[in-house]
Amino acid sequence: MSGSANHQFRKAKSLIASLLCSVAALLVIAPLGLIFFYLLRSGLSSLNVAFFTNLPRPVGEPGGGMANAIVGSGELLALASLIGVPVGVLGGVYLAEYGTARVNALLRFVADVLNGVPSIIWGVVVYGLIVLPFKSFSAYAGSLALGFMMIPLIMRTTEEVLLLVPGGYREAALALGISRWKTIVHIVMKTASKGIVTGVLLALARIAGETAPLLFTAFGNRFWNRSLAEPIAALPLQIFTYAISPYDDWHRQAWAGALLLVAMIFLINLLVRFLTRGRAARVA
Amino acid sequence: MKLTALTLVLTALVSGSASAQMTINGAGATFPYPIYSKWFDEYAKVDSSVRFNYQSIGSGGGQKQIIAQTVDFGASDGPMTDENLKSAPGKLLHIPTVAGAVVMTYNLPGNPAVKLDGETIAGIYLGTIKKWNDAKIAALNSGVSLPDQEIVVVHRSDGSGTTFIFTDYLSKVSADWKSKVGTNTSVNWPTGLGGKGNEGVSGQVKQTPGAIGYVELIYAKQNKMPVAEVKNSDGVFVGPTVESVTAAMATAQIPDDFRFSITNPAGKDSYPIAGATWLLVYEQQNDAAKGAKLVEFLKWSMAKGEEMAKQLDYAPLPQELRERVLKRINEIKF
Amino acid sequence: MATAAVPTSVLQLRPASRFGDRAFEWLTFAMSLGVVVLVILVGWQLARGSHLAITKFGFHFLATSTWDPVAEQYGALPFIYGTVVSSLLALIIAVPLSIATAIYLTELAPLWIRQPLASGIEMLAAIPSVILGLWGIFVMIPWLRAHAFPALKAALGWTPFFTGPIYGVSMLAGGIIIAIMILPIITSVAREIMRSVPNLQREAAYALGATKWEVTRIAVLSYAKNGLFGAAILGLGRALGETMAVTMVIGNTPQIKASLFAPGYTLASVIANEFTEATTDMYLQALFEIGLVLFGITILANLLAQLLLKTMTRKMTTRVAQ
Repeated sequence: MSGSANHQFRKAKSLIASLLCSVAALLVIAPLGLIFFYLLRSGLSSLNVAFFTNLPRPVGEPGGGMANAIVGSGELLALASLIGVPVGVLGGVYLAEYGTARVNALLRFVADVLNGVPSIIWGVVVYGLIVLPFKSFSAYAGSLALGFMMIPLIMRTTEEVLLLVPGGYREAALALGISRWKTIVHIVMKTASKGIVTGVLLALARIAGETAPLLFTAFGNRFWNRSLAEPIAALPLQIFTYAISPYDDWHRQAWAGALLLVAMIFLINLLVRFLTRGRAARVA
Repeated sequence: MKLTALTLVLTALVSGSASAQMTINGAGATFPYPIYSKWFDEYAKVDSSVRFNYQSIGSGGGQKQIIAQTVDFGASDGPMTDENLKSAPGKLLHIPTVAGAVVMTYNLPGNPAVKLDGETIAGIYLGTIKKWNDAKIAALNSGVSLPDQEIVVVHRSDGSGTTFIFTDYLSKVSADWKSKVGTNTSVNWPTGLGGKGNEGVSGQVKQTPGAIGYVELIYAKQNKMPVAEVKNSDGVFVGPTVESVTAAMATAQIPDDFRFSITNPAGKDSYPIAGATWLLVYEQQNDAAKGAKLVEFLKWSMAKGEEMAKQLDYAPLPQELRERVLKRINEIKF
Repeated sequence: MATAAVPTSVLQLRPASRFGDRAFEWLTFAMSLGVVVLVILVGWQLARGSHLAITKFGFHFLATSTWDPVAEQYGALPFIYGTVVSSLLALIIAVPLSIATAIYLTELAPLWIRQPLASGIEMLAAIPSVILGLWGIFVMIPWLRAHAFPALKAALGWTPFFTGPIYGVSMLAGGIIIAIMILPIITSVAREIMRSVPNLQREAAYALGATKWEVTRIAVLSYAKNGLFGAAILGLGRALGETMAVTMVIGNTPQIKASLFAPGYTLASVIANEFTEATTDMYLQALFEIGLVLFGITILANLLAQLLLKTMTRKMTTRVAQ
């Protein structure tokens, strides 16, 4: 019967559509597998003690390592947190605890706009703001660019986790005569502390691999950074320089650096998983 | 608690990195980067109280950053224009260091030895010669089997002294080039791919079959890439070597401000696309301590550094020029 | 004594705590204003850095295609073109794949596969741009040059889009790398949106005898249309500003060519390559203006995305309320 034939056709169509969707899912996840495969294949063999402890060798001479870039990235992230964490967390507190609906809508909106600013723009802005007036590329400039990027990220996640704290906690504390700001700091923020840390970690994971904002700020350094007012090496910057070079040995080290960077980022993400374990992980 | 921990970590980092050692920052040309990084590495053994951090961002960058005073010295292999010199806040000196060859390197199946002349190179970079087996290239290379392959032109994407030397040469040998493109550290390229730095161009050529690019000799050598012989103004095909660059250098008339060009020189032994490279330093140094160390280093480079140049296939400066430069170095005030 | 002390201490505390409250509120308010300050800072820095170029070139800056540092003529059209085309290519590749993947994740996949797959996609989002670029140079480009591009040329060489020499680095390579970068964000936003479609909708469609695909199409896709569009625009916002990976594979040549095999250049890449080395003031001004243009168009894209996603959530909440 034609009705049944039609039904068969519709069923077949449904099957094909399902098949296409699963193929699409496979295609989306394929790059991840491919990137991992090559990172491990090309990077693992180059991770040796020298890579972690040595400075880069002069151009074209094989050997050396990325010790200064690894430490440099650490310094930049720590300094960036010093800017991004207090501003982001306290700003998030305002959104969650104080702001009126209208002000909040505006602030949230601006924060989302900031999240969309291309990272290269931060480099340009900080170059004009810090590098030119102070006449030096510096660790400060690099971390300021990264710190700026952290602010809207942390602000939004902090707000979200604070809103998850039940209102009853606040009311109970206020009813006991505890002042509002103490209630917020000692009760609300403490309850949500894991979530806040999670937000900070996610922001760190996000900026750890940023290269573009560092090009005209941190600038790179072949040696150890001796003062934060001087240029500083960073892992992503070093990977970029080595990747576009013609030297096989530098390519090898770029892969090793990339493997290390990805491992670090995934470690942070694992930590986040661990922290949000058992809770509806709604932080993204 | 988290904040305290963070502060602790930071104080540790800051105090750990505060020490008596001085860093002198420089940036610019990628053309002499291999020899400079060698010098700075060696010099660290001579004077351990100072580190020279050199970032190879391109000659355009070297000029720009020394004018903006974001670095302690700049480096360029194109001399600065009068206009740019005027825009600097103080008197800038050109200190020539070494000379080198800009080589035509390529990536062909089997990498046969290829000969080129100025007109042909200009044609390739203007986009009028599109294939490797073009009649103009074939005419210079009888007996070489050139593939029927598109030429992938690679040039610099950043401001570059290597580009300056290369376009300066092309402007001298090709009227077409001079009128359509001209000479500068960055130009309006009619065709081709952009690579960042000598590193980026050699990397791009090495990765791309059918590619041709211009880089400093050492980049081709270190990466075992083939280089073309180029016809000089006496009509002789000459390969880029320390000797042929030295021969080109010998023809130069060098003025007192040390700004000179040695492209397309006379002499049958001269390699035609050669150039010197300069460090750019202020005559009046702002920071006395850094200035003193910088001058010490410059003197060392004239005395000891020049001898290392040959190992990396750069041509050292002639003795007579070195003495003139040394005199100029002594005029730096701090 | 204790009883005497308590009332006084409370009285003393009150104004102090009010001051503390007010101070804390102001402190947090000031910090939240940080984002507003930052937006103004970015706009001000870019405008200040480019005002000479804006007055000198005017509208021509956006409409001409000469980028000539020798003659000091700067036109940003090839960069705008490169940014728009590479981003659109990325969208063409990424949007169907992402939406299909989101459908698979919410409607079709066996339950045990959903979480690991979603986590995998989140991991892809965490891979830094520069590493994708590294992979692009050494793995993707050689493969495209040797296999994918010749096949494309053989099959579609009759169109103007797949002609000319194959370099490997190209507009298409740039588009593909951007697509990989925006797949995760579009997929996860699309997934959120589909998950928030009330089950009632699906059940109603099933009750009418619809097949699984028809349920998805009628109940989910048509319902979530605006939101999915918003997800795509959000992806576009990301695509426009992508820098490192694109710079490494697009070829860095400011030109407007129909062929996708030809190299291109984007707004973000030209800043990355030329910013520290612009020798003259006007050159630097022109690069600042490029930054301003980039800032402008990414803001526009993000505004549009927010708007679309907001109407979507509003629709959801009102329907659910009903």
